[in-house]
Amino acid sequence: MEALNVYAARLLEKNEYFTPGHRACQGCAEALAVRLVAKALGRNVMVASATGCMEIISSPLPFTNWQVPWIHVAFENAAAVISGVEAAYKALARKGRIKDRGTVFLGMGGDGATTDIGFQALSGAFERGHDFLYVCYDNEAYMNTGIQRSSSTPFGASTTTSPAGKKVAGQVTWKKNMAEIAVAHNVPYVATACSSYPFDLMEKVQKAAQTPGPAYVHILSVCPTGWRLPPNKAIWIGRLAVETGVFPLYEVADGRYRITVHVPELRPVEEYLKPQGRFRHLTPDLTAQIQERVTKEYRKLVAKTQFTY
Amino acid sequence: MRKRTGIEVSIAAAEAVGSANVDVIAAYPITPQTHIVEHLSELVNNGELDAQFIPVESEHSAMSVCCGSSAAGARTFTCTSSQGLALMNEIVFIAATLRLPIVMILANRSLSGPLSIWNDHTDVMSIRDCGWIQVFAETGQEVYDHVMFAFKVAENPKVSLPVILNMDGFILTHVIEPIEFWEPEQVSGYLPTFKPVNALDPDRPTTVGAFGLPGIFTEAKKAQDMALIESKPEIIKAWEELGQVTGRHYRPVETHLAEGAETVFLTMGSIGQTVAMAVETLRERGEAVGLVKLRLWRPFPFEELRRAVGGAKRIIVIDRAISYGGTGGPVASEIRAAFYGEENMPVVTNFLCGLAGRDVTPDDYIAMYQQTRRMVAGRVRQEDYVIYGVRE
Ligand SMILES: Cc1ncc(C[n+]2csc(CCOP(=O)(O)OP(=O)(O)O)c2C)c(N)n1
Ligand code: SF4
Ligand SMILES: [Mg+2]
Repeated sequence: MEALNVYAARLLEKNEYFTPGHRACQGCAEALAVRLVAKALGRNVMVASATGCMEIISSPLPFTNWQVPWIHVAFENAAAVISGVEAAYKALARKGRIKDRGTVFLGMGGDGATTDIGFQALSGAFERGHDFLYVCYDNEAYMNTGIQRSSSTPFGASTTTSPAGKKVAGQVTWKKNMAEIAVAHNVPYVATACSSYPFDLMEKVQKAAQTPGPAYVHILSVCPTGWRLPPNKAIWIGRLAVETGVFPLYEVADGRYRITVHVPELRPVEEYLKPQGRFRHLTPDLTAQIQERVTKEYRKLVAKTQFTY
Repeated sequence: MRKRTGIEVSIAAAEAVGSANVDVIAAYPITPQTHIVEHLSELVNNGELDAQFIPVESEHSAMSVCCGSSAAGARTFTCTSSQGLALMNEIVFIAATLRLPIVMILANRSLSGPLSIWNDHTDVMSIRDCGWIQVFAETGQEVYDHVMFAFKVAENPKVSLPVILNMDGFILTHVIEPIEFWEPEQVSGYLPTFKPVNALDPDRPTTVGAFGLPGIFTEAKKAQDMALIESKPEIIKAWEELGQVTGRHYRPVETHLAEGAETVFLTMGSIGQTVAMAVETLRERGEAVGLVKLRLWRPFPFEELRRAVGGAKRIIVIDRAISYGGTGGPVASEIRAAFYGEENMPVVTNFLCGLAGRDVTPDDYIAMYQQTRRMVAGRVRQEDYVIYGVRE
C-alpha cells in the first residue's frame, strides 16, 4: 500500500466499524487509531477491550460505537478475555456448532492496560500462542483517570503522579519498550505504528491479523488533553515523534527487523518536546539527556535491521 | 441401584465435567482443587474430551478467559480454591453482571493468613454477594450430580447466570467414595446443548460490558437482582428433573430428624454428615433435636428455610468462617435475618468451628448442644457467638 500512497485512500474500506458520535476529546488521535484499526480489520472480527478512555468513550449503556462484536470485562484482562473468545471459537468450530470463516480476534488496551496492570495476562496469552492480535493504544499515561504516569510515560514528562516539582522534574524513568518485550516472547509479528501514518498503520494491522498465532501492534496515540497540546496539533506531533526518532515505525516479522517509515536524518528531539505542555519544564540538560538516549536507541534499532540469520 | 465405582471425588467431578461435554476449561492449580484440573487436562490430552484446555498464568486470567469463552457461546468450566478465588475476585462479580453461564467448582479452603491449605468456608463467604447461584454439596455423589445440575441451571435461558458448586477441600476432594456415574443417554437427556441467549458473532454484532452511568446503573442492578431471585423456580425444576433421571432428590433446604424438633442444627456442606450422627445420638437420649441443611445459599431460600425449621425454638448455626468484629458467622447472621420479625422467632446460637481443617467430631456437636441449653437460659444476642474449641 505504501507504494500507492496517492491512491491508497481510494482503496480503503468505506464502512466505519468504530462509528462517529463517540465521546473522545477533540483531536484525540487514540480514537483515530481505533477507527483505523477497525477499518483495517473489517467486519469479520471480535474485539475484547480493556477499561480506559477508548472503552468509556464508546460504550455508555445503552449506546455503542461498535459495529462489530465487542466485549469489555475489566482493566487488566483484555488479552485473557480474547484468549477465551478465541478458544471458544476453536472448540465450537471443531465441534461443528459454528462455521469457521477466519474470524480475527482483537485484544486492545491503553498503555496502562498493556504495559502495567495487564502485562501478565498479555504475556500469558502470547506464551500460550493464541491466534490473536493485540493492539496497544499508547498515549503514554493513564488518561482515563486523569493523566497519571504509567511505565510507558516518557522520561521527563509531567503527569499528575509524576508532576514537575521543585525537586523532581516529572517522570524519572525511561519508557518501557513493549514492542521489544513482545519480540522477546517470539511473537511472530510485532510492529509499531502511529495514527499520523494511517496507511502504514493499517497495513501493519492487516499483516498482524493474517499472521497465524499471536501478533502485537504498538500504536503511539497522541492525546492532546494529556500532552497539553492544542487539538489541531495531534497529527503533526505524531509525525514529529517519528521524524525525531522518539518513536520509530518498524516491524519485526519472524524476528527480522525492518524500518517502515525511513527518516534519512533525525530532527532534534527539542522540536518534538517544545510544543508539548507536559515537557514545558525541561531544562537544556534534561533535553540533552533525552536526545542522547533517543539517538542511542535509534542506532540500536538500525543495527537490528542489519542483522540477518 | 446401578453400579457404583469407588473413586476419588475430584476425579469423579472432572469426569462429570467431561461427560457434560464442556467446550472450554480455563484453570490454574491450587490445593485442594488440583486433582480436578489435572484430570481434565488428562482427558483432553488423551483425546477423551474434545475441549480447549487453557492453562492460564493466574486465576484472574482463568475467570477472564471464562468470560470471553462463555460470551462467545461455549460451555465453560473452571475451578479454584481460597487464594485463587481471592485473586479472581474482581472478575467473579463481573461474570454475574454479564449474565455469563460459567460453572465453577470451589474446593473450599481457608483464606490466608496464616497460610493454610485446609478446609473451611472463608473463601466462599468472601464473595457472598457476587451474584452467582451458589450451592453446597455434602457427599461425592452430590458433587458429581451437581456438575450436570450446575450447567443445566446456568445455561437455562430463563436463568443465564454463573453457578458456584462448593465442595469441601480434602473432606470431599481427596476422599474415595462410591459414585454412581451417569450413562451418556442420561446426560444428553438431562443437559441439552448450550444455546446462548446472546453470543459474540460477527453476523449479529453485540456490545457486551458497556459501562453504566448513574442514570441506568440502578436499573441494571435491579434487573440483576431479579434474575437471581427468579432463578429459584428453575433451580428447583432442575433438581426435580435430576430426581427423575437418578432417583436422587435434592432440595434447597433438606432436613434430618427435624420433625417435632425443639432445637435444630443448621449446616452447609460436608459437616452435615457428622452433625447427623450427633443428632441421632441425641435423639436416642430422648432430646428433641433435628438437623436442617442449607444446600442453596444464593438465591437464599427464605420460605423453604422457615418451613424446614418449623416450630423449633432454637437454631444452632454452625459457621465455618468469621466476620471479624461483627456478627460472628456469616450464615448465622443470614439465618437470624430470615427469621427477624417472624412470629415465635427462634433463638439462634452460633458456633464457629472446623476452621482450616480442624476436626470436629459428633461429640463436639453434642457439647455445642449442651452449651446452647445453658446459653438460652439467658439472653442470646447477635454478638454472643462462640469460636468453638479454642485451646486456652
Ligand atoms: C483494577 C483496576 N485498577 C484501576 C482502575 C482505574 N482505571 C481505569 S482506566 C485506568 C487508566 C487507563 O489507562 P490506559 O490503559 O493507559 O488507557 P487510557 O485511558 O490512557 O487510554 C485506570 C487506572 C480500574 N478500572 N481497575
Ligand atoms: S483524554 Fe486523551 S486519549 Fe482520552 S479521549 Fe481525551 S484525548 Fe483521547
Ligand atoms: Mg494511556
